[in-house]
Amino acid sequence: MSDYEKLSYDVVVIGAGGAGLRAAISARETGKTVAVMSKSLFGKAHTVMAEGGIAASMANVNPKDNWQVHFRDTMRGGKFLNNYRMAELHAKEAPDCVWELESWGALFDRTKDGRISQRNFGGHEYPRLAHVGDRTGLEMIRTLQQKVVALQQQDFKATGDYESGIRVFAECTVTKIFMTGEGDNRRVSGVLAYWRTTGEFIVIETSAVVIATGGIGKSFKVTSNSWEYTGDGHALALECGGSLINMEFVQFHPTGMVWPPSVRGLLVTESVRGDGGVLTNSEGRRFMFDYIPEVFKSQYADTEEEADRWYTDPDNNKRPPELLPRDEVARAINAEVKAGRGSPHGGVYLDVSTRLAPDVIKAKLPSMWHQFKELADVDITQEPMEVGPTCHYVMGGVEVDPDTTAAIGVNGLFCAGEAAGGLHGSNRLGGNSLSDLLVFGRRAGIYAAEYVDAATTKGWRPAINENDVTEALEWALKPFTMTGGENPYTIQHELQEVMNDLVGIIRTEHEMTLALKSIEDLTMRIAYLNTTGGRSYNPGWNLALDLPKQLLVSKCIALAALTRQESRGGHTRDDFPMMDPYWRKVNLVCTVDDGELVVEKKSLVSMTNDLQALFDEVELGKYMTAAELETAGQG
Amino acid sequence: MSHTAIFRIWRGDKGEGALQDYSTQVNEGEVVLDVLHRIQAEQENDLAIRWNCKAGKCGSCSAEVNGKPRLMCLTRMNSLPEGEPVTITPLRTFPVIRDLVTDVTYNYVKAREVPAFQPPEGLKPGEYRMTQEDVSRSQEFRKCIECFLCQNTCHAVRDHEENKEYFAGPRVLMRVTELDMHPLDTLDRQELAQEELGLGYCNITKCCTQVCPEHIKITDNALIPLKERVADRKYDPLLWLGSKIKVRKDAD
Repeated sequence: MSDYEKLSYDVVVIGAGGAGLRAAISARETGKTVAVMSKSLFGKAHTVMAEGGIAASMANVNPKDNWQVHFRDTMRGGKFLNNYRMAELHAKEAPDCVWELESWGALFDRTKDGRISQRNFGGHEYPRLAHVGDRTGLEMIRTLQQKVVALQQQDFKATGDYESGIRVFAECTVTKIFMTGEGDNRRVSGVLAYWRTTGEFIVIETSAVVIATGGIGKSFKVTSNSWEYTGDGHALALECGGSLINMEFVQFHPTGMVWPPSVRGLLVTESVRGDGGVLTNSEGRRFMFDYIPEVFKSQYADTEEEADRWYTDPDNNKRPPELLPRDEVARAINAEVKAGRGSPHGGVYLDVSTRLAPDVIKAKLPSMWHQFKELADVDITQEPMEVGPTCHYVMGGVEVDPDTTAAIGVNGLFCAGEAAGGLHGSNRLGGNSLSDLLVFGRRAGIYAAEYVDAATTKGWRPAINENDVTEALEWALKPFTMTGGENPYTIQHELQEVMNDLVGIIRTEHEMTLALKSIEDLTMRIAYLNTTGGRSYNPGWNLALDLPKQLLVSKCIALAALTRQESRGGHTRDDFPMMDPYWRKVNLVCTVDDGELVVEKKSLVSMTNDLQALFDEVELGKYMTAAELETAGQG
Repeated sequence: MSHTAIFRIWRGDKGEGALQDYSTQVNEGEVVLDVLHRIQAEQENDLAIRWNCKAGKCGSCSAEVNGKPRLMCLTRMNSLPEGEPVTITPLRTFPVIRDLVTDVTYNYVKAREVPAFQPPEGLKPGEYRMTQEDVSRSQEFRKCIECFLCQNTCHAVRDHEENKEYFAGPRVLMRVTELDMHPLDTLDRQELAQEELGLGYCNITKCCTQVCPEHIKITDNALIPLKERVADRKYDPLLWLGSKIKVRKDAD
């Protein structure tokens, strides 16, 4: 049997992106010791890829903005499937979270009067996104990283050890969350992880775990997500008794690069459209005017003239349809390409060169200019970009209590960020992810710390079951003993093809049934994975351990998507093309019961009356049944 | 539009290793990292590569391509001489963990020695006011993706292991300048830069600037101004006197 190092921390945070670091900071600020587990080096998490900005109704650019408007936009964007309480907390707390970053050293772009500048984005009624050019995610991760270091410096002064309060376990992957006890007294007791550099194991005893592992995008072939996005947290939560909601809703960002093939899927920020970029097809037509859905007709311009006037006079004109929520734009691009009006490499054109001066483009969109120049030999100040949809984000995730982020059904488990479900409903608005990470990362840290206090006083700190450790270690080392000849990379490629082709932007019952069959086959085949080489920095072995998680989460997506017989947000059924008020009240919940994946319907909690009053009845009538409206009116 | 290329990859660990040749397909538009991934998927599942975003944004896939420090995700195959083998070696300045992956702990340890941003006392979050012009200077340095290519290239440490203890490297000194130029920071780190972080080791040969994938003018905009500020203070007799007799700040 393999050896392992045993450590103990009050709180273990899995993931070192925006949500994970923000959680670690607030847990540490309550005096808890915190272990941050990161699959990559410190400061490399996927948050760095976020470009456009952080949505927060600071009202620096348009004084009419406030949390109520932000809340309304978020609910509309999610087609009213959102957990209303999460959307409310998010809209209320986002401004303070942004200002807090500034007090930790973040340098956002400024307005003329010296405040944080805010930019327009799809689905947001007013300019709302705090940003730094088009590298906002980098600014956020670096600020949080440096805040962690600042806390470590304080700890060093007090104890002589930088890592006495927060330790970042860089390149260290968690494979298992341990639970101890029975029934209501079954609680988190620790985690198992391995150092990617050496392949050696560590077991960390803890009473509270925060999952902040991000998303699942690496299960799709065309994706903007990195290798890390294998759905680890989603799977870990399922495996220890948690539930996932909204897994059928996967966001395909409308604008990914389409050429050259090696960068297909790489993100082209929505800021290009927020700052004036337009989408055209091979006939030169601004086709988005043809795709404004009924529910959004009153908020989007009918003519190019009005859309163009909006950039300078937003109070008296409606918004350009290029700024519709992402699901609408992605479907429209998909339809144009299918109709034969695509660009040479199977996308459409996104042009900012005819609308902004070259120096303005380079100042506002420096990374995009750089990215196209270096990777595609395209100068976006002179010519249009070719873009098409790319898998970007999963709305679905761990079912949590909206206030505390506590995972439903698992004592001691918390979850924040992309790995958590509910806030975004069926579709996330751009900019609402970075704010989500801050608002709920902060809450996760606070409430995990509170749970630790309760655990200490009430004696809820169960020991890890030794047999569980032995079993988990055996499982992790199994790929070295197999001789079946299956290559982990081949299986991952096949899964990516299956998900992309059969559970992609447009879905049908037939294709998803095929997908589920393929996922079953692949799940059988991973029993025969072969790992060559040793344990030290062996990506083949590491992938062999990620694959079962990827397959489990992919199965959740396909099964939930097959079950939901309507089209809404990031879930479009060719065989059920309409939005259905019945399904608006339903969350699909995935759990693992006795080794079997189960999908069940659960009623969505209705908005409180004061929040519902923020919408007019005509708008709500497009989403809700007459009976629902009536009940709400009486309540 | 595909062709076959020879990749000569350093493989091994803890200082023991050798270049090994791999023959593989290369397609139009690919970067070096694409080709390495193909070799990893098809020939050597355990080939150690560190990477994340494959978009030049995270700074993970630093290595030396034909001896030049580069991000592998931004090195296009058509920028390399066709028909000649492509040699990939790990960063030379840091200890090898395995194959192309090095131990970059040095950079994190040094970064920890720079005291964090310190805002004025009593200034509440939400009350910060700064002009775009004033934040732009530090914003240039905050574009840094921490690929550590500058740290790897700087000749003060590249072949001088013994200097690492005394010299924090361009990335870390640039961080000092970034905080120094932050419109609202209140802490003085200039003495620290000179005495503890080894600013004097830098002799402005601009190697760091040349390899920066973010095109930050590290030497001209960060290191030289920092040197000037430190020198001004050191050699200006009035400032020197001021520092000794603790003149009140509002008096100068």
